[in-house]
Amino acid sequence: MTTLYTADHEWLRIEGDVATIGVTDYAQSQLGDVVFVELPKVGRALKKAEAAAVVESVKAASDVYAPISGEVIEVNETLAAEPALVNSDAAGKAWFFKMKIADNTELGGLMDEAAYQKHVA
Amino acid sequence: MLATDAQTSQSSLKRTPLHALHVARGGKMVPFAGYDMPVQYGCGVLKEHLHTRSSAGLFDVSHMGQIALRPKSGKIEDAALALERLVPQDILALAPGRQRYAQFTNKSGGLLDDLMVANFGDHLFVVVNAACKADDEAYLGAHLSDVCIIEPLPDRALIALQGPKAEAVLANFGDGIASMRFMDAGARRVHGIDCLVSRSGYTGEDGFEISVPADAAERLAGALLVNEAVLPIGLGARDSLRLEAGLCLYGHDIDASTTPVEAALEWSIQKSRRNGGVRVGGFPGAQSILSQLEQGAARRRVGLRAEGRAPVREGASLFADAASSEPIGTVTSGGFGPSLNAPVAMGYLPTPHATAGGLVFAEVRGQRLPLRISPMPFVQNTYRR
Repeated sequence: MTTLYTADHEWLRIEGDVATIGVTDYAQSQLGDVVFVELPKVGRALKKAEAAAVVESVKAASDVYAPISGEVIEVNETLAAEPALVNSDAAGKAWFFKMKIADNTELGGLMDEAAYQKHVA
Repeated sequence: MLATDAQTSQSSLKRTPLHALHVARGGKMVPFAGYDMPVQYGCGVLKEHLHTRSSAGLFDVSHMGQIALRPKSGKIEDAALALERLVPQDILALAPGRQRYAQFTNKSGGLLDDLMVANFGDHLFVVVNAACKADDEAYLGAHLSDVCIIEPLPDRALIALQGPKAEAVLANFGDGIASMRFMDAGARRVHGIDCLVSRSGYTGEDGFEISVPADAAERLAGALLVNEAVLPIGLGARDSLRLEAGLCLYGHDIDASTTPVEAALEWSIQKSRRNGGVRVGGFPGAQSILSQLEQGAARRRVGLRAEGRAPVREGASLFADAASSEPIGTVTSGGFGPSLNAPVAMGYLPTPHATAGGLVFAEVRGQRLPLRISPMPFVQNTYRR
């Protein structure tokens, strides 16, 4: 299993041809208290860099972009009732959605852990 | 996500006397009305908001404008009557030691700013919004300088202490605090410092606003923060608190295009200035405002509660139903209300639609979200009347 990152502060956990996507701990610390998460519908086809989800803090809404292209196969229903999970467990329980990867070559453009830590340093 | 903001030259931002304190306490500093201000501290907006409603929050509002209006004649009535040239409120009847909410109107009846006015016996003390203070000072000068000396007070800080524990905390620092009731205002010695204190605020909670000389501000704020009931509160929570309290934010819920009647602020216009009163009109836009006071206005500011959990923000269009193509109004303030644990908003609707309990729809990201028209405040006030 590999974890990769985008410059926009999303993380992807890759297992076979499925990617689980969330926002990083750095992202949640910048956003502040999360009060609402809007997730894509299961079955939606996403293109890389397309707006896929929305995270609302008390003050403002932020878009979450599809880090790679693919089809949404599952969404995290827990975030509807517990949006604050994004603040308390961004890298774990607060995953947003899972995608079936359309094009493995797109993973090549993403950062590994070390590169991401440098990015936010 | 987290699109980077355009670079702001931090060195061009003004600082209040409490800037160092904000930074030392972990304030996340952002530009606001030309000042470098804390939007939140380490706790975050939600906790800061809830703490204010359960305990006591300390707010730096020194960016706002404080102005003394001194009657050249030495008679306060002259200053009061002069100010009545610019506001629809009764200032003559404002007793010494009392404060009142007022607005500067323009010739269409719209608002140039909203403000607090206090009678300090030998002068009037005015507090205006930060973004408008330069214009307001010039405006007062242009219209009152025959009768008053207009004295801006840039060397004073303004600290608000708000919440159910505010009285107990502040009473430790001086006399004549606990006996104050809502909208009392006067000179008080706080922590050995000569201050001007009013029992008022912008949160819907009981609390105090303290005008203190700039060179004593950090000492006073620091002393108040020693009390473990008190936390410093940033602008983020200040906004969510005032939104839940149904209070207007100038430039958003009220502006040059909104009259006090449209803004549901007619309660602030006393009988003496209305038709049939002893000093009718005599302020800009009086004709429109007086007529609206009798006949109502075409639109009205209302409270809006989302039926779902998605916040509805400023700028969202409002529709009479889920399918219609023509908007009937707009959201002027909106966000999440931590004490309600739900989204809340304010906006304007045509008066026939503006009835509590009615349903309207806001367009958010291409979807029509239902909103219930709600009376304000959304959270009960706890003023010590």
